[in-house]
Amino acid sequence: MNLEFKVEGGDFTLAGNASSQIKKMLKQLNVDPRIVKRVVIALYEAEVNIVAHAYRGVIYAEIDPRGVRLKLEDEGPGIPDINQAMTPGFSTASAQVREMGFGAGMGLPNISENADEFKIESEVGKGTTLFINFKF
Amino acid sequence: MNVKEVAERLSLNVFSAPEGLDREVAGGYSSDLLSDVMGHAQEGQIWITLQTHKNIMAVASLKDLAAIILVKGFVPDQDTLELSAKEGIPVLGTKMQAFELSGKLYEMLK
Repeated sequence: MNLEFKVEGGDFTLAGNASSQIKKMLKQLNVDPRIVKRVVIALYEAEVNIVAHAYRGVIYAEIDPRGVRLKLEDEGPGIPDINQAMTPGFSTASAQVREMGFGAGMGLPNISENADEFKIESEVGKGTTLFINFKF
Repeated sequence: MNVKEVAERLSLNVFSAPEGLDREVAGGYSSDLLSDVMGHAQEGQIWITLQTHKNIMAVASLKDLAAIILVKGFVPDQDTLELSAKEGIPVLGTKMQAFELSGKLYEMLK
């Protein structure tokens, strides 16, 4: 099964909608609740990253008997130093985003901790793509 | 113990989703960082926070939390109330600050 969701940058009112839809789908497919929990944490963080940092993005989710594969492709500023971005506590989020309780530098580490495979590709000035995989 | 008993024993305001008061409470989690709650809160916990915007409902729903308690007299935003009603996850409130409320809830649930 393949799902696709558009995400608008800067629109926090809709942040989490795609994660919620995919969570419902995984539950309907009777995926192990422990895996659903991990997918939801990683996906929500990645979705919020698009909202907080990019102009727009698309989430692709592929679910089959082997597992869940997520690809989050955004048009945005890109990440100049991926290792630095992965450091817990490091954040480039705006003051406004931080006041909402986002941007604490926990997003990418949360994704990494919950995924079976996690890869970031980024080009400064163009955008970032995340590949997040879970095995059943 | 369910959310209703917690609300009664701590004299909490019920802002929204009274139909969710029978949700079972497995514990509590106190934090104002959404990623912290996302990464570390557990299903069925009550979330204690001062954040009032609607993203707290998205997190509560994704994590299957029992309810949210707003501290220090904070009130939820209008769209938070709407999403709370839609998800059936109550938002409660108290004048207590997070330390005091967390301590009382911890004593009740331990």
